[in-house]
Amino acid sequence: MKKNIKFYSGAELVAKAAIDAGCRFFGGYPITPSSEIAEHMSKELPKVGGTFIQMEDEIAAMGSIIGASLAGVKSLTATSGPGFSLKQENLGYAYMAEVPCVICNVMRGGPSTGLPTALAQADIMQAKWGTHGDHPVIALTPAYLEEVYELTIKAFNFSEMYRIPVIILLDELIAHLSTAIELPDKDLLVIKNRKGPTVKPEKYFPYDTAYGDVPPMADFFKGYRYHVTGLSHDKTGFPTTDPDLVQADQERHIRKVNANKGKIIDFEYYKMRDADIVIFAYGSTSRAARVAIDKARKLGIKVGMMRLRVIWPLPEAEILKLCSKVKAIIVPEMNLGQLSNVIEKFAADRTKIVGINHVGGVPIHPSNILDVIKEVK
Amino acid sequence: MAFDYEKYLRMEKIPHLWCPGCGIGVVLKSMLRAIDNLDWHRDDTAFVSGIGCTSRAPGYIDCNTLHTTHGRGLTFATGIKMAKPDKNVVIFSGDGDATAIGGNHFIHACRRNIDMTLIIVNNNIYGMTGGQHSPTTPIGFKASTTIYGNIDPSFDICLLARAAGATYVARSTVNNGRTLEKYIQKGLANKGFSVIEAVSNCHTQFGRKNNMSDPISSRKWIKDREIPLAKARSMKADDLKNMVITGEFISEESDMERWENYNRALEEYTKAYGDLIKKVKKKK
Amino acid sequence: MKQNHYEARFAGVGGQGVILAGKILAYGMVNYEECQALQTPTYTAQVRGGPTKVDVVIDKKHIEYPRTENIDFFLSLHQKAFDLYFTDLKDDAIVVIDPNLTQHIPKDIPQQVFVVDLVEIAKKEMGNPLYAMVLAVGFFAGVTKLIKNKNVQKSVIDNAPKGTEVENLKAVRIGFALAKEALKRKEDLVRLTLKDIDKNKL
Repeated sequence: MKKNIKFYSGAELVAKAAIDAGCRFFGGYPITPSSEIAEHMSKELPKVGGTFIQMEDEIAAMGSIIGASLAGVKSLTATSGPGFSLKQENLGYAYMAEVPCVICNVMRGGPSTGLPTALAQADIMQAKWGTHGDHPVIALTPAYLEEVYELTIKAFNFSEMYRIPVIILLDELIAHLSTAIELPDKDLLVIKNRKGPTVKPEKYFPYDTAYGDVPPMADFFKGYRYHVTGLSHDKTGFPTTDPDLVQADQERHIRKVNANKGKIIDFEYYKMRDADIVIFAYGSTSRAARVAIDKARKLGIKVGMMRLRVIWPLPEAEILKLCSKVKAIIVPEMNLGQLSNVIEKFAADRTKIVGINHVGGVPIHPSNILDVIKEVK
Repeated sequence: MAFDYEKYLRMEKIPHLWCPGCGIGVVLKSMLRAIDNLDWHRDDTAFVSGIGCTSRAPGYIDCNTLHTTHGRGLTFATGIKMAKPDKNVVIFSGDGDATAIGGNHFIHACRRNIDMTLIIVNNNIYGMTGGQHSPTTPIGFKASTTIYGNIDPSFDICLLARAAGATYVARSTVNNGRTLEKYIQKGLANKGFSVIEAVSNCHTQFGRKNNMSDPISSRKWIKDREIPLAKARSMKADDLKNMVITGEFISEESDMERWENYNRALEEYTKAYGDLIKKVKKKK
Repeated sequence: MKQNHYEARFAGVGGQGVILAGKILAYGMVNYEECQALQTPTYTAQVRGGPTKVDVVIDKKHIEYPRTENIDFFLSLHQKAFDLYFTDLKDDAIVVIDPNLTQHIPKDIPQQVFVVDLVEIAKKEMGNPLYAMVLAVGFFAGVTKLIKNKNVQKSVIDNAPKGTEVENLKAVRIGFALAKEALKRKEDLVRLTLKDIDKNKL
């Protein structure tokens, strides 16, 4: 018998990984198909002395995790499409005030109530542009159960390293898939924690860029007594309308992620060495793509895949390279082209972009992808 | 000896942005005296707010301060309090912030009876956004969105808080700073959710539209309508229309066994959660 | 496991223990048979009384596409579930139905059909119809030989609610014995009841 093996669903693995990453606060609100994450957190958090609270609505859940994080406790919320919409204003607050936290969105069909229990990848663009204003985005798209665990820990690490809310875009299919898996040894996990101030309170500024683009963050009640606001602010944390300061601060926010893209972007190539057709995929859809690729290879078609484990930020340089190298890029998505529209912009006229777009709630089947591969060949 | 407000203020942020004669300053000063009376430490105290004139108050206080999104101060505050139950959390809110956009959070914070204190400065209007009517604008009065006279009935914030489960609820006005101080102090000391409504003047946005554009006439309008709770209890509803009933609506001295309190929280929320953790850990 | 890839579907109505059956099988395959196994339940708003199923995809190696495509084994405890989920079956698949709750199956289907009194046996022997699904897993093990009897039993111990182990293990043994008997029969449609096995030999 293997040693650390247990039966887990994707939803359970989000909860398990969060707790292993040091998360000790979950503020949530019931919504299909993400509620299982809240249920697991409500069971597991008290065991480690952490807080689970079911708030009165989605907005409150988002507010509560920001509050908890400011008080020094790593925090998580989970939601789905409509709830993610409701969370957007406070999500923007977390970007603006630079408060680390993690939001797991188990996507469902939309707009509106849509298809509550079915598979969709409907929030790719909501994750990017859902809240008003400009801000950096880190969003992860696990495709395998082992990856749910690994990337959830990574999400917490990114949020702590860059003082930013991080989004996990989880497919319903993966959230409710289960198996017995062996988790990595907890002692071998790399866990990052926010950098605290190294100066005395009198010398501390909450948004002090003297330390780089990610200012050290003092937790509340540690003697630093500073101010946090969603208004544009200067390094002291107090509101400012000075155009130069506002401009510089917003640019710094974007730079926090952009300048660290090398450490954040995460993708995988599959059979790409000689490929002249490429499937560009993420989440559960990439699994169907892989099966289709294996079948197409047997027919002698040179097709490979670029699979995103982190969907935002996009690996732009690699996509550009791809566009001038291959004769077609196929983008299978459980939406009507949210990502393929972006890839098309990269491609300009250099390569053909073909979307496979299903929004009926039924997963894209390998044969759907194989058919398109044969067509573009 | 005069009270040393500077001890608690971020003096570099003064002058404040409130209009001269605004009542919020009275509430802020009452709050600072209450804290001093209780000997609360600045490092151990967080002030949280949403959006609006009142919500700017935390910025002036030299504590851990958090200015959030419109109506949502209580949600952030709940996160802070649950994360650090041994710290003090106070929320400043206006009538629009607390009872319109934040109405849901308001009743649920009351229901949980979580050990925080909510100060609502009720000036019957949305001040910062330009004088639109709020859930406490009296019927017939004018606002920038009720130029023909308001037809929306008002909330009674204290009755709402009481019904929703808050365990200390009191109302006074900015004409009575000492009473406010006393009520706030009792609210802060209460191990549970406390709501103190401070009825205030907004001569700029509310007063100007309703023939009392200076602080004095605005405050007099409030003063003339003040009726102590004990007296109100013997009056008819018709005679209390648009009056300001002042006093303690519920406190530890209240008869908690009265039927109206049948559903009231038996315990403070962070304590109840702490007990749950103990129970779960023991089982494990 | 002889085959490299195997797909099983257990169906019933909500509350019949369908999910537990899938969990016992998938966990047992991974933990005790050195295989990969993925379990997907139906995910709907209707919980009690609605048709429900669990699909278990088993493979000697990594499973890429997690959904069933060509089902090798289909078991249904209820007509509603049979009607809805009798799809994507291979021609040489094994079909198991409970005769009490599933009366109508299409004529001339190519698959081998076993009609087994699962619910009745569960009631009589374990005192609760809920054990029918564990009986089913035992039957699955015996008839497919994908997972050893003792490994199903180990998985049952790992996954069954505390206090139900004795009955669950008995259910596995009865299911296994029924399967052994079933394999001796040569008809296209085999009917089995408790009388067909020797209880003393369990």
